[in-house]
This record gives sequence, structure tokens and C-alpha cells, in this order.
Amino acid sequence: MQPVNTQHLRNYPKKPTQVYLFGTCIVDSFFPDSGMDAIELLEREGIEVIYPQGQSCCGQPAYNSGYKEEAKAVAMAQVKQFPLDIPVVVISGSCGGMMRHHYLDLLSDDPAINNFCQRVFEFTEFLVHVLRLKPIDQGEKERVALHTSCAARREMGVHITGNKLISQLANVDLVLHDYESECCGFGGTFAVKHADISAAMVADKSKHLVASDVVRYVSADHGCMMNINGALDYQKESLRGEHIASYLLNRIKGQSKAQSKGQSAKEAL
Amino acid sequence: MKHVHEEESKYAASAKDFRKNVTRDLANEELRANFRGAMDYLMDKRKSAFSSADELEVLREQCKLIKQRCLAKLPHLLEQLEDKLEHNGIKVHWAETVTEANEIIAQLIAEKKAKTVVKGKSMVSEETALNDYLEARDVECLESDMGEYIVQLAKQHPSHIIMPAIHQNKQQVAQLFADNIDGFEYSTDVDTLIQQGRTILRDKFCQADVGISGVNFAVAETGTLCLVENEGNGRMCTTIPDLHIAITGIEKVVEHLADVPPLLSLLTRSATGQAISTYFNMISSPRKQGEKDGPKEVHLVLLDNGRSQAFADEELRQTLQCIRCGACMNHCPVYTRIGGHAYGTVYPGPIGKIISPHMLGLDATTNLPTASTLCGACGEVCPVKIPIPKILLRLREESVKPNREQPQVMQGQGAGRSAVEAIIWKIWAQVHKSPTLYALSMWCLTRCRFLMPKKLAGWTSVRTAPKLAATTLHQQIKAKQAKQGRG
Ligand code: SF4
Repeated sequence: MQPVNTQHLRNYPKKPTQVYLFGTCIVDSFFPDSGMDAIELLEREGIEVIYPQGQSCCGQPAYNSGYKEEAKAVAMAQVKQFPLDIPVVVISGSCGGMMRHHYLDLLSDDPAINNFCQRVFEFTEFLVHVLRLKPIDQGEKERVALHTSCAARREMGVHITGNKLISQLANVDLVLHDYESECCGFGGTFAVKHADISAAMVADKSKHLVASDVVRYVSADHGCMMNINGALDYQKESLRGEHIASYLLNRIKGQSKAQSKGQSAKEAL
Repeated sequence: MKHVHEEESKYAASAKDFRKNVTRDLANEELRANFRGAMDYLMDKRKSAFSSADELEVLREQCKLIKQRCLAKLPHLLEQLEDKLEHNGIKVHWAETVTEANEIIAQLIAEKKAKTVVKGKSMVSEETALNDYLEARDVECLESDMGEYIVQLAKQHPSHIIMPAIHQNKQQVAQLFADNIDGFEYSTDVDTLIQQGRTILRDKFCQADVGISGVNFAVAETGTLCLVENEGNGRMCTTIPDLHIAITGIEKVVEHLADVPPLLSLLTRSATGQAISTYFNMISSPRKQGEKDGPKEVHLVLLDNGRSQAFADEELRQTLQCIRCGACMNHCPVYTRIGGHAYGTVYPGPIGKIISPHMLGLDATTNLPTASTLCGACGEVCPVKIPIPKILLRLREESVKPNREQPQVMQGQGAGRSAVEAIIWKIWAQVHKSPTLYALSMWCLTRCRFLMPKKLAGWTSVRTAPKLAATTLHQQIKAKQAKQGRG
């Protein structure tokens, strides 16, 4: 399978009454508030969110490191946690791409895998194409940037759906930063294995985001944000990224990040 | 499988130094600026070459299918090509290794007692380090492509497969010419520089005994060697000297003449954004009776050098679809940062990461497949739709495979395996496939989060460390449900 963005060719289901949420291991251990915000946003839309407690990680770290058998075992264990025929909403484009596209390869000996992959939706994709969310913006006027993770962009089309959601916010000016589509340099173990290349990449990404003169940037992937926010914090820049679930919820509720519950922007590395 | 011997290649050693090279080149601000500027320019050029995304997609699919069809019939097409070429009067030579290729060429030159060679741009001759080989045998080998000429003067090798001297800016080239060319009139004007370079080269063309060139497409059906170029030097190399030797990789064969136009159109547009190159040469025979020019003898050397290893595996075979346009490197955020020389291989960038392991062994190139964020920019632009990120994953897998596991897919398989890493992933899998163990480990982690180090290897050299949450998402949801249950 070639990971290409074929999202626009998908048949989207009608708005369901129930969905599963796949929280991802990064959100689970570092950024649980983003997960809670995603749930709140979905519940406000009248959807019951089921969060199977048995879920852990999509398996991508091992898969990307060449440990296919290990990735397979973990992937299989995840699939078992989502038996009902309802959408699985994933709050990361990168993990979404793994579960929607790469599971087909990895778990090809499982006859039910196709059905599972068909049920996987990235969070913003789900909001735009299934919920057809029209967020009512109650927040103050501000300029923001959008950073789309590469897997989210190329495998899940999040640059389109993320853009669409933010563009609908009446008081938000979405600013395109230079080299917007360029990778931030995270790449999972890449950031550790090839730390100096990764450092050069995130230095450029953070520089371009700062130069775009926005109050915050928004992303659907905490992997990239851990990288970019970490670099911004190290450089003592005040700019931070926020998960799109939290951002949308705050805009709808008319809360700015500073007022909202949970992590302060500083904490949200 | 015949193993490529390391001593056969100076590149195996430099590829092993990847990390050192990266550190060196990342620190070179001027170099980084040169690459950034050049890559931005080439990306813009490519973008403006296609009228619509749909047109591009249709062409890419078409060209992918052409290359896949030709590769599926590769052994047969190679035989057909040999028959046709010999019938047309072009002599065919087969070389399994780079040394064999060099020996064949040196022998042909020696037979003519020739002493001077002009070369058109040929990455395959870089692969065999032909210049070094011939110079050691007292044959002067002059590069005639302007970029290659600059690189040769600077005693370097190409940093890009289409633009060999892209790592140099015009001031650096002017200085290089000033230091090396008698009577050079100092100028940093690009046209003046090229003009002066060309004047020197033109004399050499007329004196050379032998012309050496690459091949972009070798047509099996007609026995035609196609050569794409912009400077006219390729045409001169293949027409003026009495002996023309072409060298190329076995994957360059295409079935029909009709396969060439779509591939050519996509090649030039992906590479430089040109609708067509300035020159397109089709060589089908030596000089015939009554013709006024052209070489008296034409030879083709077909090189394997690890290609049949890639060919043997269906997934890795896709590597051979490459038409060497360079678009993957132009769009690669890693290549843009570290430049072409850091890879240490003949072919840099994404294509270099997936083809070099077959040429040099995965042991010499273990650092290449991991030096990618898998961002997918390369796969997105590749005109023949090679799933480069997917192949990088596959190479990572081959690299960490238990040593000598059968079947042996490639030379150097298992070279990147570390026992410690393997055990860590085993434990990781145990924890993440068991809900109980995962819950337990998260419970421990969140309780011990004050123990989390402030410094995390390379991560914290430019970033602060992320902080573990006090309560996980699992725990927060459980708490919320308990509250709702009570309420
Ligand atoms: S891999 Fe694709 S993009 Fe890269 S040089 Fe080859 S054909 Fe061009």
C-alpha cells in the first residue's frame, strides 16, 4: 500500500449516536486534557463517547523502528478493544494514518481488519465530514497558525479539514506561515537517533511560526507539538501550540486558553 | 548473491561516516544557505511545470505502470536490448560489479591507445568512480557538463544527481575558476562564468579520443540509447570522438519507443520544471557509411552493482523504477538541511537512502534508512510513484532483523540490530498489548513522574523535556465516569 491521501474518496457515514475514542499513548501520558476536551466537544454534539480502558498505543513506534512483529502484537491488541461497528475517532493524524492505512499491511492476515480500518477517522476529519460541525465562535479576535503533521497531511488530509474548521471561526484569522507544509523534524525515534538533523529542522519550524506573528498555533498532533513547543520553550519564546480539540472547544465556549481549565499554555508542552 | 566488496567502493567508507559528515555539514552556514536557496528554486520550478494536479497524477500513474511493466520483463528486455543493439552495431558489455565495469572501459580505451576522455554527465560512472580508476592508468578524464566540471576542479563529487555543483554558490565557483584556470577574467556573473568554462571545454572536445556518456532510457524494441541533457556537451561527447562508450544501470531499459515520451516529459518537468530538455539524443548506431560525423565505434556497459538484489524482492524492486529526476531530494527536508555530501554515497537524498544499501550493503549504510522522519514529501513528488517511505520502513526492518535470518534479502541485513534495543521493544510490546500491564506501568509512571530526567539525550539539546501528566487520560475518564455514576 502506498500511503497517499485518498480521504476525499471516502464514503462517510451518517452522524452516529456513539463513537469510540482512541486517545493515543502520547495524549494519555502527557496531554490528557486534550483527550478530555475532544470528548467534551463530541458530547456537546450529542454523541456518546466510548473510551475502552484496554487501549494503549497504535504500535507506530515499533513499526517505524523496523520491529514489525512487536508492532503487530500491539496493533492486534488495539483492534480487539474496538469490537462494535461504530466509528473509531483518533485524536492524532499520525496514529490515525497508522490505524487506517498501515494496519491493512501489518494485520493483513486478519479478515476483519478491513472493516476496522474503514471505521477509523482522524478527529478533524470526523468533525468535518461526519458531524459536519459548524463551530460558533465566541472567542476574541486573534491570529493563529495551523501546523499539520506530515502523516496527518499526506495520509489523512488534515491540512484540509483542520483548515476548514479554523476558517469557520468568525473571529480567527488563520495565518499561513512560511514553509507551512515542511516537516517539523519530530519523526518519533528520529528526533533521538538523529538529534542534530531534527534540531536543525525544529529550529526552522519554530522560527517560521514565530515570524508569522500569531498568538498561538494549532495542531491535530501532539507528537509535533511536543517537539515544537519544547523548542519554543527552550528558546524562551512565548508562542505555544494547542491541540485543535481544545482550541475549538475553547472558541465555542468563549474561553481563551488562559481562562480555560486544565493545562496552562506553558504547561502544555 | 555476489557480494559487493567494500574495497571496491570509496563510498562505503564515507557512508559509514554519515553521522560525522552530518555534524560537519550542519555547522556550515553557507552550505546550508546554498541548499535551501537552490531547493526552493527547484521546488518552485517543478510546481509551475504542471498545469493541474490531475494532469500530474494521471502522468505519474502512467509512468509508474510503464516502469513496473518494464521491470516485470527485465531479464527478457535486457536480452532483447542486447540483440537489437548488436544488430545496430553497438557492442554490449555486462558488468556485475563496479570494478568489472571499470575494467571493461579501461580495456576499450587501452585497445585504442587513447589518452584523453571527455565525459558527459553520468551518475553511473560516479558509482564506479571511473575518473579515479582511469587517472590511475594515465588516462585524462575531463568532465564536460558544467556542474561536473566544477565538481572535478574542486576535487569533489556531485552533491545532487541533476545539479552536481548545487552546493556551491557563484562566488565560490568564481573563486574556484580564478584558482584553477589560467587567464580567467574574474566575474561572479553566472553567464560569464559558464561562457569561460565552455570555451575551455570546447577545445577539449576536439582533442579527445574517447567520449563517455550515461543513458537515460535504453529502448529494447529498437536498440536506441536516449540521452537527456541541457548543454549540448552530451551530444559532443557522443559524436566527436571516434570511440563512444555509454554506461548505465540495468534498470534503465524500457520496452517500447512509445514508453519514452511520457517518461521524458515527467523527467524534465520533475527535475528542473522544463517542458523538455534543450537536447534529447537518440543514439542507434555508430557512424554509417556516407555519414559525416558520429563515432566509429559505440559500446554500452550495463552495470548491475546490487540492482539484481533489489530486483529479487517485489517490494524493494520498486526502487528500480527511479528515473533519476532528483525531485525527491529537492523536496526532502533532511537533504535540504544536510546537503548531498553528508550522505557519503553517490546518490544522496531519499533515492540514495533506498538504493545505496543495495550497492554498498546495509552494513555500510545502516544510518541512512533511519535518517528520515518519514514525512512522505519524497513519495508525494516521485514521478514514478516509488513508495520511498514504505521502502525506508522495509530497510529498517531488514536492518534490525536477527542476524542472518533466512531468507537473506540483502547484503548486510541485521547490521543495525542491537540486542538491547531488541529487548526494549520486546518489553514494550508486552506492556502495550496487555491492558493490565499498561495500566500498571502508567500508574507507576505518573506516580514517579518527579523522577523523569530533565535531560533526555539529544532531545534536550534544543528543547525542554515534556512533563508527564499527574493523571492519565485513562484515569481521568475513569474518574469522570465514577462521578457521573454517583451523580
Ligand atoms: S526516486 Fe523518484 S523522485 Fe527520486 S530521483 Fe528517482 S524518480 Fe526522481
